[in-house]
Amino acid sequence: MTTTTTTPSRWERLRDSYVWYSFKRDRTAQLCLAIFLCLVVAAFASPLIAPTDPYDLRQIDILDSELPPFWIDGADDRYALGTDAQGRDLWSIILYGTRVSLLIGFGAVLLQALIGVTFGLMAGYLGGRVDAILMRLADIQLSFSTLMVAIVVGAVVKATMGSAFYSQYAVIMLILIIGLAEWPQYARTVRASVLAEKGKEYVDAARVMGLRSRRIMFRHVLPNTLSPIFVISTVQIANAIISEAALSFLGLGMPETHPSLGSLIKAGFDYIQSGSWWITLIPGAVLVVLVLSINLLGDWLRDVMNPRLYKG
Amino acid sequence: MALLEVSQLDVRFALRQGEVRALRDVSFTLDRGERLGIVGESGAGKSVAAFSLLNLISRPGFIAGGRIVFDGQTLNTLSERKLRKVRGNRISMIFQDPMMTLNPVLSIGEQMVECLKAHRRISSKAARAIALDKLRQVQIPSPEKRLDQYPHELSGGMRQRIIIAIALLLDPDIIIADEPTTALDVTIQAEIMALLLDLCEQHNVGLILITHDLGVVSQVTQRMLVMYAGRVIEQGPTREIINDPQHPYTQGLLNALPQMATPGEKLNQIRGSMPSLAKLPSGCAFHPRCDFMIRPSGEPRTACTEQVPGFVGTGNCRVACHMVAEMLEDRRLKEETP
Amino acid sequence: MIAFLIKRLMHAVLVMFVISLLAFAIQDNLGDPVAQMVGQSVPESERQALRERLGLTDPFLVQYARFAKNAVQGDFGNSYFYGEPALEVIGRHLPATLELVFAATLIIVLFSVPIGVYSAIKPRSLISRFFMSASIIGISIPVFLTAIVLIQIFSIGITVSIFPDSTGWGSWLNGLLSTSGSMPSFGRGYDLVHVFGSWDTNLATLSGLQHLVLPAVSLASIMLPLFVRLIRAEMMEVMQSEYVKYARAKGISMRRVYFVHALKNTMLPVITVGGVQIGTMVAYTILTETVFQWPGMGLMFLDAINRADIPLIVSYLMIVGVIFVVTNTVVDLIYGLVNPTVKLTGKPA
Repeated sequence: MTTTTTTPSRWERLRDSYVWYSFKRDRTAQLCLAIFLCLVVAAFASPLIAPTDPYDLRQIDILDSELPPFWIDGADDRYALGTDAQGRDLWSIILYGTRVSLLIGFGAVLLQALIGVTFGLMAGYLGGRVDAILMRLADIQLSFSTLMVAIVVGAVVKATMGSAFYSQYAVIMLILIIGLAEWPQYARTVRASVLAEKGKEYVDAARVMGLRSRRIMFRHVLPNTLSPIFVISTVQIANAIISEAALSFLGLGMPETHPSLGSLIKAGFDYIQSGSWWITLIPGAVLVVLVLSINLLGDWLRDVMNPRLYKG
Repeated sequence: MALLEVSQLDVRFALRQGEVRALRDVSFTLDRGERLGIVGESGAGKSVAAFSLLNLISRPGFIAGGRIVFDGQTLNTLSERKLRKVRGNRISMIFQDPMMTLNPVLSIGEQMVECLKAHRRISSKAARAIALDKLRQVQIPSPEKRLDQYPHELSGGMRQRIIIAIALLLDPDIIIADEPTTALDVTIQAEIMALLLDLCEQHNVGLILITHDLGVVSQVTQRMLVMYAGRVIEQGPTREIINDPQHPYTQGLLNALPQMATPGEKLNQIRGSMPSLAKLPSGCAFHPRCDFMIRPSGEPRTACTEQVPGFVGTGNCRVACHMVAEMLEDRRLKEETP
Repeated sequence: MIAFLIKRLMHAVLVMFVISLLAFAIQDNLGDPVAQMVGQSVPESERQALRERLGLTDPFLVQYARFAKNAVQGDFGNSYFYGEPALEVIGRHLPATLELVFAATLIIVLFSVPIGVYSAIKPRSLISRFFMSASIIGISIPVFLTAIVLIQIFSIGITVSIFPDSTGWGSWLNGLLSTSGSMPSFGRGYDLVHVFGSWDTNLATLSGLQHLVLPAVSLASIMLPLFVRLIRAEMMEVMQSEYVKYARAKGISMRRVYFVHALKNTMLPVITVGGVQIGTMVAYTILTETVFQWPGMGLMFLDAINRADIPLIVSYLMIVGVIFVVTNTVVDLIYGLVNPTVKLTGKPA
């Protein structure tokens, strides 16, 4: 995240900024950031925190399957949140699953931003035919709904490469699929703010001074489009995590041996009719809390930064 | 009794940083058929004054005190329902930018008819007939065609004519015009202003004209108010103020007019700029920009920075300035001790 | 109007062309009809001969032209699994999906407009704040999770026993918070009424409607908060505009200001977004239908993927493409009808 840059002068600027001022006053934003950071730290420290290693088959006993969480009769002391259908400790597998979900969410958004910002800058700055082609492409892809594109691409890739191969590289596959499916959001936002910036005098001034257009684009225009990029990034991370969960739920995502929150929900869903609701609903609750905290942070950021966002 | 009497009007905006006082102590009257000008730089509170007359100030602004009495009714305490019967009916408004004022998705006819129907029990057909008549009065070319057109099909000048027609629809007593020509092309500004003046005279409609253009005010209005930082600083008959302005600010405004300059010389301008309402200077809000804070004798006039000036009368005018007050006092003392 | 339609038609053709290329590429790379037609024992030379006879060795463009010609005639080949024309299989599943989408759209429209408008008019009221909080929570819950929670609550039922049962109020509270779980959550039920062709409807009987409730609510659950927030934001922006202020200054009733002056302008961007969201909704039918085993196109598509039923996958893509193109065109037409600034030539800048 770009706010926590290393140079002290930036830190000072952040401390004096309106963003920090409003953050100090907004309890919801503080709570959300705290929850989000807790989840991120817990997820990435999961090998240290988790009582068991759910990827290690030797630690799993199928006889321990479907044990309920601690507040329900029949719970086992060893498994605070109970176990899933394979006898894995739910608490451990959720920690590992959150890590997978976050990894894919961040990775996919990074890819989206890379493609989208480049295309958006090109379309907005170069204009003309480049703009027309890129934006038409974005239009078509958006009119198809990003989830649909992701499902189709996922399905095709899985069918082409075979299930085993797909499972092995699922993390990379999902980052690629979700990253490719959502770039138009960035491209359109960046293009809109580039067009707004382009009309301003400093860009003319830079051009009159004889700067090359690529330099103008990256050194002068891009910094001014950062705040809308930053705001949509929060929403996009939430969306990417949900997309990943949806793909996993459809069986096009993480395999059950290496589950994300989505595949945990999918795996647990088969046991909901038999009364073991916790296998699906506890990972579900974690997913909702994660996404909700990101969305609320995004809402707060949008209010504070108030950028011109592309509508529709 | 005057048709409209505004006394001690106090309007505030409750902002996060605290309350900002947009209008203080604004008092004036308007007689039937009279034309009053309100003049000032942008940010002086002219538009706030116009909107608060019909209680159209929206959050976070509110009328904190004072009285607006129109034809025996106190408008600022009237219920929203009764106030609605005044708005557009007995007091109508003309907004600044005709490109933004008309609703883009409703036809001109619809926007005229709805106004008539809101105030009179009238059939749509009769309402259209009245609308058409008013469109003819504002001399719009081919008025029959306009009723079924949409705003985007008309030019700015035509739209402002339509807005004048809407203002006249219900034969109001007063029209409040907030910078009615500022957003128009210079070439048609005079045309629209002349039309407005002509129609007001014809129908004996009172006019409150809000503008920053002293030239227009001197041609159109009989009396005027000069506003600065939310206060009235000078008011009286237009001709007297234009010919012999008392307040240093009014003098500065008049001197800044291009007509007052000698060809080849720089225009006179008032130094500095209008203070923000949130951070008003102490005493007379104009004092940081005033050239008369120092007495001719060389000693500074401390009252300017310490005390808000009250009104003093000179002829038919009233001025809020310590310097003028002091001059009057001196003159009175001289007359008493020959 | 004509120019507008032609422009839309050109766009539609372009989109369909892109989709068909994609669909063909999938078929070309994944589907090996020869492997489907003959057994394992057939030698490679015979396979090659068969490929040539079927035209599979022709240049890409020739093959695509053949594919496009068949597609236009509605011939996508036979489904491997069902052994009948893919289009017929889709036709059988289409009504279930359309009814589901229709019911969800109805829920969205009926609730989003009043809630959005109310919370824009009274942004500080307690009810508005509640709706805003609820909507952000709604956006954060994935459709399939909403579906699962609904099943748990209304279909399986929950028994709450956190309050001591011995006291009267304890058991009363437990009873209040517990649900019996009688709602159907599996498939369309058997009380379907035949309309015509392959269309059996859920909308005609009480039991049919009951089967529709949970899937439709789930499908609506993510769009509804999205639209509530969109309508609120747009309406609040419009309420700040000069023309709304002017309408008030004319003395017309607030009801007319809200519902004629403001709402009509609010709906313009909402219609545009709505067009895009219908597409998203089709994607979400795949999830909803999977959870509820609703026998529609989405479930069929997912099964087709798992069975590698290429002709069915390809024809699903084409049909969904047609649905997108048609809805987008219809939405643009509606936009043009509502917005007078759209004239014959196209959208305004």
